[in-house]
Amino acid sequence: MRTPPGLAPESFATALREFEGVVGKDWVFTSDDDLHLYQDAYSPFWGEPDERKASAAVAPHSTEEVQAIMRIANAHKIPIYPISTGRNLGYGGAAPVYSGSVVLDLKRMNRILEVNERNATCLVEPGVSYFDLYRHIRANKLKLWIDCPDPGWGSLIGNALERGNGYTLAPYRDHWGAHAGMEVVLPDGDLVRTGMGAMPGAKTWQQFKYGYGPHLDGLFSQSNFGVVTKMGFWMMPEPEAFRSGTVMVYRYDDLFKLVDILAYLENLKVMSATTRVESPLLFGAFKAPPPSPELAALRARNPGREEYEAFAANNNVPYWSVILRFYGSPKLTAAHWEYAQEKFGTIAGAKFKDGDFYEFPLSDAAVNRIMDKAPLGIPSLEAFSMGGRTPTNPTPSNGHMWFSPIIPMSGEAVQECERVFREAFAQWGVNPLGLPLPQLYHERTFFQIYGFPISHDAETNRKNRETFKRMIALAAEHGWGEYRTAPAFMDACADTYSFNNHALRRLQEKLKDAVDPNGILSAGRYGIWPEHLRKTRS
Amino acid sequence: MSKVGYCSAALLLGVALGMPVRALAADAASVQKGKQVFQIWCEACHGSGADRPGTLGLEVKYSGKIPARLEDRKDLTPDFIKLYVRNGFAMMAPFRKTEISDAELGALTAYLTRTQK
Repeated sequence: MRTPPGLAPESFATALREFEGVVGKDWVFTSDDDLHLYQDAYSPFWGEPDERKASAAVAPHSTEEVQAIMRIANAHKIPIYPISTGRNLGYGGAAPVYSGSVVLDLKRMNRILEVNERNATCLVEPGVSYFDLYRHIRANKLKLWIDCPDPGWGSLIGNALERGNGYTLAPYRDHWGAHAGMEVVLPDGDLVRTGMGAMPGAKTWQQFKYGYGPHLDGLFSQSNFGVVTKMGFWMMPEPEAFRSGTVMVYRYDDLFKLVDILAYLENLKVMSATTRVESPLLFGAFKAPPPSPELAALRARNPGREEYEAFAANNNVPYWSVILRFYGSPKLTAAHWEYAQEKFGTIAGAKFKDGDFYEFPLSDAAVNRIMDKAPLGIPSLEAFSMGGRTPTNPTPSNGHMWFSPIIPMSGEAVQECERVFREAFAQWGVNPLGLPLPQLYHERTFFQIYGFPISHDAETNRKNRETFKRMIALAAEHGWGEYRTAPAFMDACADTYSFNNHALRRLQEKLKDAVDPNGILSAGRYGIWPEHLRKTRS
Repeated sequence: MSKVGYCSAALLLGVALGMPVRALAADAASVQKGKQVFQIWCEACHGSGADRPGTLGLEVKYSGKIPARLEDRKDLTPDFIKLYVRNGFAMMAPFRKTEISDAELGALTAYLTRTQK
């Protein structure tokens, strides 16, 4: 039997028996085979001593069972680590941040408690995945969309608490921002509802986000102050139509005006879906076929800007491109696309290409034929082809991890960030995965995304971890902060948010000590450690 | 053949061979349950369609010598299926028992080996 650090085996055995009394023997896992399933499948510590491992896992079926487990854990001072669907791959998966914790597996709490079609809201438990809610919508022919992240098996609650992102309209694709109301079990087992849910019998828990008094919801995201057992979300009404189009420009300096117009249209809500700035010339568009031999030779030679621009003009290969997506009616989406072309048409030489057009609802057969499902609110696992075995990648990796600093939404910032990291990679002798071009998730910033494959070779992983940490520090030097990260880097990222001698972390620690005096819940998550473990911070 | 058609034909064949009807019905129920498990947990990667990374990967791996869709395979064994579900492979993460229970995994193996009986 594994035992949490510092805990006597007899105490742990007693606690496990008490957990079994709450959830039943079938839902307390202690064997090595079962606990192997609670390791991070995409761990950058694969096979190393620092690999995060659970000492046990317990899987409740109700809020009341979660409360009972937290009371037992408090009595025995057992470290607890909640997971929702456990599919936060690339950001820790089902493994605890503090090795030796008991994983509180909430997957069995998978009830869709309410979907309000007229008001476009829902209330769900942590085990509900995007696939689950999508199937519910299709089965009941509801005129609602969900906003999905890349992996459809993720939890609505888990992804929102991680502050994950999706692909439709701005109010919905910020998954944390789209939530309305929470139910939370505190470390001592007490039960809290936030927003209007604090009023017994409230009629607007999922409609009005703020309730009355301080808005405490943020305490429970990227943190360790409570176990979220219910959460409401705003959903998107099914539009009549969807339309996309591509903007292509051909000179390097067009980047600046391109981004300014993109920001203008985004903030006017003319163009409102997630997109990214791509460079078919320099890097190839996302999922693009291999370049022509001439373009491949040009990239290999990497000449000056003038020669690239000449190639772009002579071969109709854009220096920069952006796919725009529109929701509404056929007429409205056509008008928005026409207006966007008018605005981008002020860039000399800009060209435009019509993209997809769909009217809703779609049949199951039509859904199956669509490759780019996420902007249509349809969950899939298509993103796992990135790193998986494909014609151009015959040897699949063992997972991935992402470094995604937030940069300003301007051409100048894109240019600077691309240059800073390109020069650093050359100096360090590394070559991370990913497209070194910005992704638009939130409305006034870009995410600059770099990826690292996970290896089963410890030395390769060690080098990638080292590069990752150097990138965190280099980004911070330039004022770019990471928005979310894997357990291996939570302390390093938290260290960069250091204004006034880490005043924010000191406040978080005061709150942690008050809300969780025994320090049992998710120690170390997002760099917040309980008092008795603060010296172990990496 | 449709799901119902498959079950009916299996039952008729079993009766003709003198097999216990109750055992065949249990098998059919297990296959049916296994199909549901496949649709919930496996189809998004291993179903039909160009956006299914599992099917795409197996197309590249086997170059058509073995079917890329798991539902078309005739060489899978229960132990092989359980090994992959509980251990994962490359980008495929393993599945916990709160996701696919041992009973559901048994049904899944019944479904994916149904044509071998």
